[in-house]
Amino acid sequence: MIVCRYSEIFLKGKNRSWFERRLERNLRALLSDLPDARVERPHGRLLVHASDLEGALARLGRCFGLQSMSPALLARADIADLERVAIEGARAEWERRGQRGTFKVEARRADKRFPLPSPEIARRVGGAIHEQVGIPVDVHTPDFTIGVEVGADGRAFVFAKTVPGPGGLPVGTAGRVVLLLSGGIDSPVAGWMMAKRGAELRPVYFHSFPFTGDKTKEKVAQLARVLARWAGPITLRVVHFTEVQKALREAGPAELAVVLYRRMMLRVAEVVAKAESARGLATGDSLGQVASQTLENLGVIGEVATLPVLRPLIGFDKADTIALARRIGTYELSIAPYEDCCSLFVPKHPATRARLEDVLAAESKLDPAALASELFERSESIAMP
Amino acid sequence: MREVYLDHAASTPVDPRVVDALSPYFREQFGNPSSLHRKGIEAERGINVARAEIARAVGVEPAQVFFTSGGTESNAIGILGAPARGRAAVASAIEHPSALGSARMRAGDGLRVIDISPRGTVDVEAFAAACDHEVAVATCMLVSNELGTVQPVREITERLRARGFRGHFHVDAVQALGKLPLSLPELGADSIALSSHKLHGPKGVGALVVRSGVSLRPLWGGGKHEDGLRPGTENAPGIVGFGRAAALATAALAEGAGARMAALRDLLVAKVMAAVPGVRESCPGAPRAPHIASLVFPNLEAEVLVHALEARGVYASAGAACASRDKTPSHVARALGLSVRDGMLRLSLARISTEEDIEIAAACIPEAVKAARP
Repeated sequence: MIVCRYSEIFLKGKNRSWFERRLERNLRALLSDLPDARVERPHGRLLVHASDLEGALARLGRCFGLQSMSPALLARADIADLERVAIEGARAEWERRGQRGTFKVEARRADKRFPLPSPEIARRVGGAIHEQVGIPVDVHTPDFTIGVEVGADGRAFVFAKTVPGPGGLPVGTAGRVVLLLSGGIDSPVAGWMMAKRGAELRPVYFHSFPFTGDKTKEKVAQLARVLARWAGPITLRVVHFTEVQKALREAGPAELAVVLYRRMMLRVAEVVAKAESARGLATGDSLGQVASQTLENLGVIGEVATLPVLRPLIGFDKADTIALARRIGTYELSIAPYEDCCSLFVPKHPATRARLEDVLAAESKLDPAALASELFERSESIAMP
Repeated sequence: MREVYLDHAASTPVDPRVVDALSPYFREQFGNPSSLHRKGIEAERGINVARAEIARAVGVEPAQVFFTSGGTESNAIGILGAPARGRAAVASAIEHPSALGSARMRAGDGLRVIDISPRGTVDVEAFAAACDHEVAVATCMLVSNELGTVQPVREITERLRARGFRGHFHVDAVQALGKLPLSLPELGADSIALSSHKLHGPKGVGALVVRSGVSLRPLWGGGKHEDGLRPGTENAPGIVGFGRAAALATAALAEGAGARMAALRDLLVAKVMAAVPGVRESCPGAPRAPHIASLVFPNLEAEVLVHALEARGVYASAGAACASRDKTPSHVARALGLSVRDGMLRLSLARISTEEDIEIAAACIPEAVKAARP
């Protein structure tokens, strides 16, 4: 059995049970491929039962909203049974550690009707372990801690190990976000960070065939699949961008091209957002990383959006992003050498300080809103399991 | 849209006669060739027929043919399994990654890579000079998979013999079988690698053919399959298909398939060069296999051209030699005088290619070039 904890700081009033139910639902979905996994939700905790505890723990590690998890032993909520089970758990941990180290017991009582207060439970259980197993006690700097929790339903849990969860909020509790997803390193990480804060992802990929091949599209679909491991089922929208990209490049001076593309991408993302009831847009921009990411250009680009443009990587160094991409599992895919021939569309010297009036002058030759709707109409959707 | 497949150097469709020949080995003659009963003997018999077909195709005795999982494994056994005499290895700069990879695995820093000439062929003297007493294994391909150039393998073996080279000389002949008359005794190499799916056979099967008197070490342990050189239950259906495919390919070659492919290839090249200004052949004037055209397009990303062609139903390959991804030309590209802005396109034919294929492809290429310029 695994005891899962979630932070309660944000769980106030009526929101609480909504958050909890969503968390439970996400957790069930993550565990759905473990045939005998069972989830229950007694007060303030989620309990996962599964024969493959390691497998379950790995999946729980991708469940946003969980603060920590502990593989645990079940006991009855009476002090004698609690002592018996705690001795069993402590002995196993002590053996695992080669009979070395010191310990203490930490107790928590969710059921205030339980006759003993928490410090007294800790003292009794710790004493029993010390007596029966012979492990030295050190209440200040123990090598390991035996946790004891008395639930409100006549059950109690004993555990020796607590692993951190991914934190954040349950996916789906923060609404939907349209993610501008490319085959690069940054945007999948940006999507992950939004999912971590509870956003449901609606990724959009801009495909420039023949300048990028369909293998790149496959690669982006694979990236979306990795995100889906964390964020739940995802549908990738592929926008066929080549013709509009060419028209944009013709419309203005070469150095403005990237700003014009990015503005069009945000416009299309807004059309998608409207169609899918999303309340925000997210990009992998990091301040100053490339020419389109200067403060001036971010301003000129973001100016087309009415929804908030979320840029979770804005203060990240590339190394931070790479480290996170490795943890998420997108890095190896992102660096796979399929051509990102967008470079063909990128001028040698892109403007770092595009002026809005120049950009508007270029766009006045086209009908950007109509183009954005048209791109949306002609886009395709790929569902990820 | 009529599709035209001109990427036969990558893989080929399996000949229906090959499918007919190998299919019974999936369903009726499915036994383990090592089994003592009739089911095993049937499968073993099929393998022996195939072994004789491969042997005939390259002018050796059946006992010199060892079946493998394909070209990569054949190169691996020919290079890594060569008896050790010295720690260095020699390879031409245009070896297939499988041969180059095994050579590097074997010799590490002791790998000597021999550059090619602007004609796209390896320099015999430079290659032979590098094969000193420290060299355990040298490897040179017979037909370049990228450029289509025929390497002077026979000249190399003669020079090596004259120098008293005592290492193992392995030849990757994957692109040669079925395209050129191929004889191991004539080449004089110690071993050659072959692959089935380049000549209308199934994937996952190939052969290493070894000069008589040369012994190689297996790369892993196990049973006595393939005389102990390649332990593991034989891929009987694949092997039967490979044998049939090789027999069909050599028969077609004897009936002039090579000359027909060369004529179609030349027609294609002439049409493209006439229609697209600035296009040139990668290695004009070099001896070439009949099925590969390698063209250089100035100021064009080859991968983009490949996609623009696929959008028009024409399948081709980008020359890896350009490796423009890291924006520095590979040494092959440098040897051929290419710049980072040049794109190299490989169009490869097979005996099933038709004049109509060529007409369609030649008509598509100028449009695709236009579409591929951003």
